[in-house]
Formats: sequence, C-alpha cells, structure tokens
Amino acid sequence: MKFRSLALAASIAAIGLTSTVATTSAHAQAKEQFFPVIVYRTGAYAANGGPWANGYVDYLKLVNAKGGINGVKLSFEECETGYATDRGVECYERLKGKGATVFQPLSTGITFALTEKAPVDKIPLITAGYGRSESQNGAVFSWNFPLLGTYWVGADVAIQHIGKLAGGLDKLNGKKIALVYHDSPYGKEPIPALQERAKMHGFELQLLPVAHPGVEQKATWLQIRQSKPDNVLLWGWGVMNSTALKEAQATGYPREKMIGIWWAGAEPDVKDVGAGAKGYSALTLQHGAEPGSKVAKDVLELVHAKGQGTGPKEEVGSVLYMRGLISAMLGVEGVRKAQERYGKGKVMTGEQTRWGLENLNLEQKTLDGMGFAGVMRPVQTSCLDHMGSSWVRVHTWDGAKWGFSSDWYQSDEKVLRPMVMLASGKYAEEKKITPRTPEQCKQ
Amino acid sequence: MIYRENGQFKTSYTADQQIFTIAQDKIFVLAVIAFAFIGIPFLVDEYLFRAILIPFLILALAALGVNLLVGYCGQITLGAGAFMAIGAYAAYNFFIRIDGMPLIVALLLGGLSSAGMGILFGIPSLRVRGLYLAVATLAAQFFCDWAFLRIQWFTNNSSSGSVSVSNLNVMGWSIESPVEKYLFCLTFLVVFALIAKNLTRAIIGRQWMAIRDMDVAAEVIGIRPMYAKLSAFAVSSFFVGVAGGLWGFVHLGSWEPAAFSVDRSFQLLFMVIIGGLGSILGSFFGAAFIVILPIFLNQFLPALGSFFGIAISTAAVSHAELIIFGSLIVFFLIVEPHGLARLWSIAKEKLRLWPFPH
Repeated sequence: MKFRSLALAASIAAIGLTSTVATTSAHAQAKEQFFPVIVYRTGAYAANGGPWANGYVDYLKLVNAKGGINGVKLSFEECETGYATDRGVECYERLKGKGATVFQPLSTGITFALTEKAPVDKIPLITAGYGRSESQNGAVFSWNFPLLGTYWVGADVAIQHIGKLAGGLDKLNGKKIALVYHDSPYGKEPIPALQERAKMHGFELQLLPVAHPGVEQKATWLQIRQSKPDNVLLWGWGVMNSTALKEAQATGYPREKMIGIWWAGAEPDVKDVGAGAKGYSALTLQHGAEPGSKVAKDVLELVHAKGQGTGPKEEVGSVLYMRGLISAMLGVEGVRKAQERYGKGKVMTGEQTRWGLENLNLEQKTLDGMGFAGVMRPVQTSCLDHMGSSWVRVHTWDGAKWGFSSDWYQSDEKVLRPMVMLASGKYAEEKKITPRTPEQCKQ
Repeated sequence: MIYRENGQFKTSYTADQQIFTIAQDKIFVLAVIAFAFIGIPFLVDEYLFRAILIPFLILALAALGVNLLVGYCGQITLGAGAFMAIGAYAAYNFFIRIDGMPLIVALLLGGLSSAGMGILFGIPSLRVRGLYLAVATLAAQFFCDWAFLRIQWFTNNSSSGSVSVSNLNVMGWSIESPVEKYLFCLTFLVVFALIAKNLTRAIIGRQWMAIRDMDVAAEVIGIRPMYAKLSAFAVSSFFVGVAGGLWGFVHLGSWEPAAFSVDRSFQLLFMVIIGGLGSILGSFFGAAFIVILPIFLNQFLPALGSFFGIAISTAAVSHAELIIFGSLIVFFLIVEPHGLARLWSIAKEKLRLWPFPH
C-alpha cells in the first residue's frame, strides 16, 4: 500500500518535471517575441495588482490581434509573486531562460533586486512610474527605464500643485506638509525630493510611516489630528490607500487637502470609501481612467468581444488597467523601435530591445494613431534620460468617478536633475561602474 | 542485503566515535557531497541554481541553526528572521564601511554580531519557557524590523532603505556566476553542518539535550542552565546570522527588511518541525520541503492542467499552491509527527532487514 502510493507520487512528480521541461523547450523553439509578465493576483496587494496585470496582458493580445510587431507575434507567460521579493527573483530566473524581452516587475522591492541582475543578463527593466528615481540617468543605469515618471517627479509635482492651490510656491513658507507613506523602498523614495523642496520653500515636512500592509493606521491619523498639517501626501499601495481615506474620514481630516501619488489614485483605492473619499485628489501618470479612449475600445472590440479578455469587461479603461496597458505598450514600442535598426520582422534580444527603449520617440501623432489620443503626451528617451517624459496631471474623485482637476505639470529639472546626477554618481561609485560617455551611447 | 554492517568490527574508540559508524553511510554521504561539488555544476542549468539550489542551501543553513536551538536545546524561537537580518545588515556594514574587508570575514563578523544579539535576546529563556519564550523571542523580530527600517545608519543612509552589495570576491576569486555562488554557499553549508554535527556529539550538545529533556534534572547533575541555554542561543544565532548574510549578499544582492520579516521566522520554524526536531539531516529535509515544494507546485499545476487541456489562471495556481502545501504539512505531521528525518531513519531500519523482514 505504502509502496504503491509512493510510486504514484513519484510518477506524478516525474510527469510534472518532464512537462515543465517540455514547455520550456517549446517556448525556445517558437519564433515569437516573449514577454514575461510578473504579476500579483494574490496577496495583500491583489486588488491593485490584478487590473494592472489584466491591462498588460490584454495589450499584448491586442498587438497579436492586429498582427504583431511587424509580423512578429508576441508570446507571454505570467508568474505570480504575491509582491514578495524572493518570489519575484524566482519568477525572473524562471522567465529569463525563456528568452525574456523586457521585465516589468511592478514592485519597487523587486526592482531593486533585479537592478543588480539585469546588467549581467542583459535584459532591460521598465519601471513605468516606480522603481529607483536615480535610474533616470541612463549613463549609469544602462538597463533601467523608469519611463513616464519617477517618485521624485511625483513628489516635485505634488508640491508644485499644492503651491499653485495656495497661490504661489512662496506661500508655502511656514506651512506643514505630512507624508503618509508605505514603509518600504516604495514609500521612502519621494523623501529626498520632498526634503529638497522643503528646504527651497521653507515648509515643514512631517514623515509618517505606515507598516506593511497598511491596515493599522490609527496612530498615524491621531498624529495628524494633533499636528494639523496643511496638506497630506499619501504614498500608499493596495489596502493602505482605502484605509487611509477611511481614517481621514474618521478623524475629520479634509479629503480635499489630501493628495495621493499615482499608485494611490485608482478605483480600488476609493471605491470602498465611496462618498467618503469625495474631494480626494491624486496625481496621474499622464492618464486617468480612460474608458472612452480609442485603445480601450479596441481592446473591447478585438480582444474581449472574441472571448479572450483577461479580466472582467468593466475593468477595461480603469486607472490601473490603463497603467498596465501603457506599460505593455512602452515595452512593445521599444521592440518596434529596435526592429527599425536590427531588422523588421525579427525577434529582438534583450540587448537590442534596450537600444530601442533608449531611442524611443513616441510623437503625439504616433500615439494618437495607436489610440492614445488624450491619454498620453509624447515620450522621448535618450542615453542620459531614461525617463522620457515627466508630464503629470491631477485628478479628483467626485464620489463616483475620477475626473481631471488640473492642467498638465512637468517636474522642475533644475531641482531634480542635480539630485539624479548626485545619487546615480554615488551608486556608480559604490558599484564601481564607469558611466557611459556620449560616444559610447551612440553605439 | 547491501545495507548491513555485518563484518564491520570496531577495534578502537576512535572508530567507535565516528560520525557515521556504518561504512555504507559514510560512503553514501561522501558520495552525495562529492556529487554536489563536482557533479551538479555540470548537470544543472542557471534557473535551478539561482531559483532553487542557492536558496535551498542558504535556508538549510538557517534551519540548521534554528534546529540547534529548538531541536537540541528545546528553546522555541520565533526570532530567527531577526537574527538573519542582523547577520545580513552587520555583514553589510562591515563590508562597506571597512575598506578591503574580505567577504568571508564580513560574513563571519555578521554571524558574530548576530550571536551577540542572540545572547541578549536569549536572556529571557533563563526565566520563561515554552510558548512564553516564543513570544519573548518574537520581540527580537519586531525590534529588528523597526531598527533596520528606522535607523538610517544601518542602511548607510540609503534614501530608499534598501541596501545592496556587489563585486563579491574571495581572494581574487570573484563570485559572479551561479555556479560560483552555488559552490560558495555549498562550502559554507558543508563546513557548518560538520561543525553542527560535532557540536551536538560533544559535551555542549549533550548539555543542550539534557536541558531540553528536563532542565531541573540537568541542573541537578551539574549542568549550568545559563551557560547551556545562552550558548545554544549564541551558536544558533551565529549560524542563522551567517545564513542571513549569504541570503542578502549572494542570493538577493539587494534587500530590505521585508526579506527577513516575521514570515521568514515562521518559515524557518516550520522547516525544523517538518524536517525533524533534533536532527541535522532533518534541517535539510525541511528546507527542501519548504523551499522547493511551493515552486514545484507553481510550475507543476499549470503543466498538469495543460496535460488535461485545462488552462489554470495564475491566481488559481497560486491559491492551489497554498492549499496543497498546507494540506501536505498537515498530512506529514499526522503521518509522522517526528518529521521527515524520522521517515528516513525508518526507511533505513527497514533496509537493514531487507529482504528478510521478520
């Protein structure tokens, strides 16, 4: 009896091993551009990770439905991390071997770990709207692409916005701004930029960390009630955001004075709070909720209508869905650009894709043609600037939906550029990296 | 038939005190070690190295440390993750603050710092025991989480709170490729496992076991509980601290306190319980079970699904992984409460009688 069950277990295990090996080789043979999809559909941050992943995968399906990148079809495989760094590293190693084009880990912690690995494996890392802020400097961080914006951009624009509402940045003198942040590399990233701005304008910065996963914030909001800051910046993710809004409601802190980062400004963050979050604003990474955009309609028509949609239909066009979709688009456009140089209709390697991402030039006309009219502004990267654009808008929750409430902002390069150069220089020194010269960049 | 010690006569005390008294055992273990050093580097691909073998080796080392404390000395601890963190951050600080600090020395110093903290947090064990001690060691966990998040000095004032190391090398041998990392960790594990095995056979290990079995009786026969308990905390924390250093330096390369959260402490304790309390071999089994099984399930379930033509979503796989993993833990604990190591020794007993059980 025991032997039989043992034998059974062993044979099942053997089937498992051989089939894993078999799928690996099948991927390697096919002439397809492979996109690894690192996601978290479970765990504490699933509510936010899910829509992002659905948008990401749906866009890849959309590209395939439209005929691929110059005829090259896309293949992809998901790997679940649960937002844990060690599982993220495991996923990276697993999918790397299948010919990964570009990684987008959607976690600052995993980004930090992969930043050490990407140069060795020669696979670019896109971190659209997150990751290391100093990785904007492509001379040092050759493989990181914090496209569209970093947390320093977010912090900078948030202060600009507060200044504008107060009637000028000089009015910030003597004010008090509190930062309620997720106590992880993600939440700590904006602090240097905010401190820089605090020095410039003479406001007081109050730092209030919230431990993972962010459901326990009573003490934090008690402190806010005591110190009565003029504004609260919310740097949360997942359940932390809705908890913060509920606590703000409970302590009576006006939601109009709260501004979230773009990861704290999506439907899952405010839906549960509903009317209680009315007046709360958040930065946007260019786009907001865009169910009316052409690309969202394309997805519904070419992917969902054929029963191939990844998530629920209602989700298409929501904030995080669009973020995932745009992230995928940036990766795909990197490959398309690389094909212009290395041969159209060919499968690009990680190294070639890196060149494509570094020379990305998405003009408004191109974006409009792809269905991103009104959603995005132009993105142009270079060797020294791996970010490509720093356009930010603010949108406000009216109790039922997000609506834009500000004009376009851009981060102040005069403030941020020296910080980026200083921090990346320190990193280069620590890691003994020689920054690339403009001549090396041209290669 | 093959596994029988007939005809192996011990003619000296040294022969009687060998780690493996049966020749077949000795040959088998040496063959496994030789295969791990020579065979595996040629057979295994990069994914297995980086995602499975290296984490397995490092966590086996940590589990070994926890087993010395929990399994041999009977002091239950929930602070193992904290001591890993202390080892990692202390090694990091020694490594970057002192110019030209050799890697191995930095790791060992990290282990020593961890041992020091282990003694400090072990002091409550002199007064409280059992579940109460578990709660007391949990304090170490929360304290370390707090310290490494808040005290900027430990992270070299890194703005994000994440630290990273690179350019690892030992006497000119740079540890870059997965094979080199694997061999580096394997060497540590083999040396430390040998030390652990010998410690448990020596006077100190016997003291720990006496304390574990009945501390009053142990005290009566002249064992000092303070010395025995604190030495167990120190040695255990040293092992765990070195494992923490390896986890940060070799496996992750860049880490934050979340890598050593309370989940890690629980994971290590489970490894020891499932593998077998008070067994060196059990630490390896436990680590293998906890490290490899979830990853295996994660890859095996979609493959199994496609075998039957069903596509399983990523979320479903991840949920199923937890369900199956949990039920296997319950299953093994019911079938063999003494852990996988006990199953192994039962198999050996049977093998001795085979093929004529009577």
